[in-house]
Amino acid sequence: MSTFKRTMVGLAVAAAVAAGGAQAQVSDNVVKIGVMNDQSGTYADLAGPGSVVAAKMAIEDFGAAAKGMKVEVLVGDHQNKPDVGANIARQWYDVDKVDVIVDVPTSSVVLAVNEITKQKGKALLVSTGATSDLTGKACNANAIHWTYDTWMLANGTGSAIVKTGGDSWFFLTADYAFGHALERDTEAVVLKNGGKVAGKVRHPFPSSDFSSFLLQAQSSKAKVVGLANAGGDTINSIKQGAEFGIVRGGQQFAGLLVFLTDVHALGLNTAQGLLLTEAFYWDLNDQTRAFARRFAAQHKGAMPTMAHAGVYASVLHYLKAVDAAKTDDGTRVIAKMKELPTDDPAFGKGSIRVDGRKIHPVYLFEVKKPAESKGAWDYYKVRATIPADQAFRPLADGSCPLVK
Amino acid sequence: MAGGSSAAAAPAARRGGVLAATAVMTALLAVAPFLGVYPVFLMKALCFALFACAFNLLIGFGGLLSFGHAMFLGTAGYVCAHAAKEWGWPPEAAILAGTVAATLLGVVAGALAIRRQGIYFAMITLALAQMMFFFYLQAPFTHGEDGIQAVPRGRLFGVLDLSHTLVMYYVVLAIFVAAFLFIYRIVHSPFGQVLKAIRENEPRAISLGYDAERYKLLAFIISASLSGLAGAVKALVFQLASLTDVHWTMSGEVVLMTLLGGMGTIFGPVVGAFAIIGLENYLAGFGQWVTVITGAIFVVCVLAFRRGIVGELAAWWARRKG
Amino acid sequence: MDVLGIPTQALFGQLLIGLINGAFYAMMSLGLAVIFGLLNIINFTHGAQYMMGAFCAWFLLERAGIGYWWSLLLAPVIVGATGVVIERTMLSRLYQLDHLYGLLLTFGLALIIQGVFTNYYGSSGQPYRLPEEFAGAFNLGFMFLPKYRAWVIVASLLVCFGTWFVIERTKLGSYLRAATENPALVQAFGVNVPRMITLTYGAGVGLAALAGVMAAPIYSVNPQMGANLIIVVFAVVVIGGMGSILGAILTGFGLGVVEGLTKVFYPEASNTVIFVIMVLVLLVKPAGLFGKER
Repeated sequence: MSTFKRTMVGLAVAAAVAAGGAQAQVSDNVVKIGVMNDQSGTYADLAGPGSVVAAKMAIEDFGAAAKGMKVEVLVGDHQNKPDVGANIARQWYDVDKVDVIVDVPTSSVVLAVNEITKQKGKALLVSTGATSDLTGKACNANAIHWTYDTWMLANGTGSAIVKTGGDSWFFLTADYAFGHALERDTEAVVLKNGGKVAGKVRHPFPSSDFSSFLLQAQSSKAKVVGLANAGGDTINSIKQGAEFGIVRGGQQFAGLLVFLTDVHALGLNTAQGLLLTEAFYWDLNDQTRAFARRFAAQHKGAMPTMAHAGVYASVLHYLKAVDAAKTDDGTRVIAKMKELPTDDPAFGKGSIRVDGRKIHPVYLFEVKKPAESKGAWDYYKVRATIPADQAFRPLADGSCPLVK
Repeated sequence: MAGGSSAAAAPAARRGGVLAATAVMTALLAVAPFLGVYPVFLMKALCFALFACAFNLLIGFGGLLSFGHAMFLGTAGYVCAHAAKEWGWPPEAAILAGTVAATLLGVVAGALAIRRQGIYFAMITLALAQMMFFFYLQAPFTHGEDGIQAVPRGRLFGVLDLSHTLVMYYVVLAIFVAAFLFIYRIVHSPFGQVLKAIRENEPRAISLGYDAERYKLLAFIISASLSGLAGAVKALVFQLASLTDVHWTMSGEVVLMTLLGGMGTIFGPVVGAFAIIGLENYLAGFGQWVTVITGAIFVVCVLAFRRGIVGELAAWWARRKG
Repeated sequence: MDVLGIPTQALFGQLLIGLINGAFYAMMSLGLAVIFGLLNIINFTHGAQYMMGAFCAWFLLERAGIGYWWSLLLAPVIVGATGVVIERTMLSRLYQLDHLYGLLLTFGLALIIQGVFTNYYGSSGQPYRLPEEFAGAFNLGFMFLPKYRAWVIVASLLVCFGTWFVIERTKLGSYLRAATENPALVQAFGVNVPRMITLTYGAGVGLAALAGVMAAPIYSVNPQMGANLIIVVFAVVVIGGMGSILGAILTGFGLGVVEGLTKVFYPEASNTVIFVIMVLVLLVKPAGLFGKER
């Protein structure tokens, strides 16, 4: 039983301690950042403790200490349960005077935290949470959605694959809201690009045995098996797919939400040839490589995922905005963040739209064959780059109330 | 299951003691927010205390271990949240709707389960709860794992604005104390006595002319209904109804609270609930070690003090006195 | 030819897959049934012990270079030994009490074991290499049957038959069965009943560990792998009739097949169908399909 321990305060880490004289406009003279994610469950490797490392790196790189700004990091484990996440958020805002919550994987949890953040007028920087509702019907003036979302994943993977000939799809969907959203968005993209859907099956979440569903995918004769699931479910689907000869039989897997750490867990032997969309890869350019090496040195040698990169970049930009706005009031800092152009080693130069959507290019990657890999963590090659202005849902289509 | 303090002491003195203790407990809870205790934490603990008390009514006084009580908590939560959010019902009506839904479910589940005993009873309640879990996972109105979010707390009787934390807190406290006294009254009524007689020796109770199944069913329904009350209030407090509340681990959690506090004691479940919720709150930073600690509490309780905190204290007090 | 819109060929495949999953249910519920039969304890730790079996195999491979075949033998013995310790130090104190205390104790133990493993190994799981001998698949015409899955069916049938044989057809088994009925009498005949109980628990736990080792190459080895399985296996044992060896085996395979078919016709319900069956069976036959009322 993973009892729902109400994580309230994890380790409070004084990341930077400055001498007095901090800005008087910052509430109780300290900017408190709450990193909330899954610290021990399915998503612990792709976000988890690594996100805390990323947040601390951002504080350091911003030079908080030198600027006389006092910044603290708190950690909370929401165990992927909306009630636990909501509880932590409430307690953080009410009791611990947290100014901003970052990361927050799992769509259901991030929606709950988003609601509370709006009520309390604080700030929310989402990196791992995927639902595109954050910039759609749940959109508000207190949240920034940084790294990726379901629309972008569906669009990136879906359209690219259909265009390269993968025009018939079979969906293996985790039977919960996030899986459904991913399936729905991808299906729309596939149909729009002239592909067709040969069938779909919804598996209970989580599942350990996929053999039955894989057989159904096999007998559908679809060219592409789209995995509208995440974490352990995706890993197991691909692993068992190899066992049942899905790829050998001429079909192809499309991972709709796959992180670098998932590929690491699968190993190249099993994962080779997999197509996936991500917004960040450590080996893109000199800047990302330098950032990733520093990260890995502090995180047991593991390279950052796009989730980690998003936490780093969003915290960095947040601190810049606090500095520029001379306040840590949630609504005002978020407004300042949208006003300032972004610039960081992980995503380069970019901007934030009025609906809170951070805009940057995204990439369609193919997982390398074992022979192509030069060593540990050398997993991806770029198949296509989707420019920033096409990577995300057009502003007008999201029906965000902030867009007039 | 045996355990708990037997009602051997003089009933009148005992009753006075319990009422005095209830008064002290209520007073402490009433001032707690002003002593710096976080009200949301208190509300959560109170909801679980009520849930555990309702559960205790079944196991402590009826001897029936249900391993599916989460279905009542969760059902009421969903119905209450849906009524408040989608139908715009006032809080009192939403809470009532949730409680009624749990009661109806209790009638059906009870009728199916009550004919079995011991481990079979536990298993059948577990199976029914799993089916309810599946229903809530699939039913569109629950929004799957997103749950029903942003439930409005509304104004109680059109007057009290529950969106103020303290107002909400005192409403929760009032509901809890009322339900607590109700349970106490039931336990000490003739109905409660018959229930205990059935727990101790069912064939004898039957031979005395009591329709054991009817008594057990009624106890089951009352327990379901009060668990539902807890679930409905919880949904309003957290403005959220989610799958966590119908998952089988929640059923395990309430067993733990009751076992730790003391099965078959009046105050045991309250103490157990506060202890477990407090533990989860303050040890949460230790990640999975909380699971380990929870497990260890189970093991220690079963091996070393089966009467639970309150049960052991009562026994110690009795020994000292006599 | 189609059955309800599903080609017969595909249906064969699904039935076979169902049998494979059933093989795991059968092995797991077998251990539970043996333990319940003699100890009257519902062993909630069974899922955790299955997980320990898988981890043990992983350890043996990673740390000591000991391969799959030796693990099949060693892991059950090692995990069984931990079971013996648990029985001696804790369970043996509960025999005079209500069954429910055994359930609560083993529930607590399961939490402790899972929590400790999660703390040390995280929850994303460790990969266990498929033994070389099993690489590849048989082409059955209607489906590709991975060699390893074929082996799972064969091995589990052997294990189930072996256990059934020992209990129902040997002298040792007759002592066991007698001790279930009347331990005092068997003790009077000079049989060391407490030791027999201890070893039975060890053996039941060993069966869980064996299932764990067999699962390791298919599923990733992770601390939560037993947590969801245990609830299903409970249902299997209850449906089969608690304590009935034959009931556990047949129900295990049978429910695997039923679940497999559900995955074709109503996949979302595949985790729940077993509980529906359980409620129905208990209403009609209170002691389960093969059990006798205690």
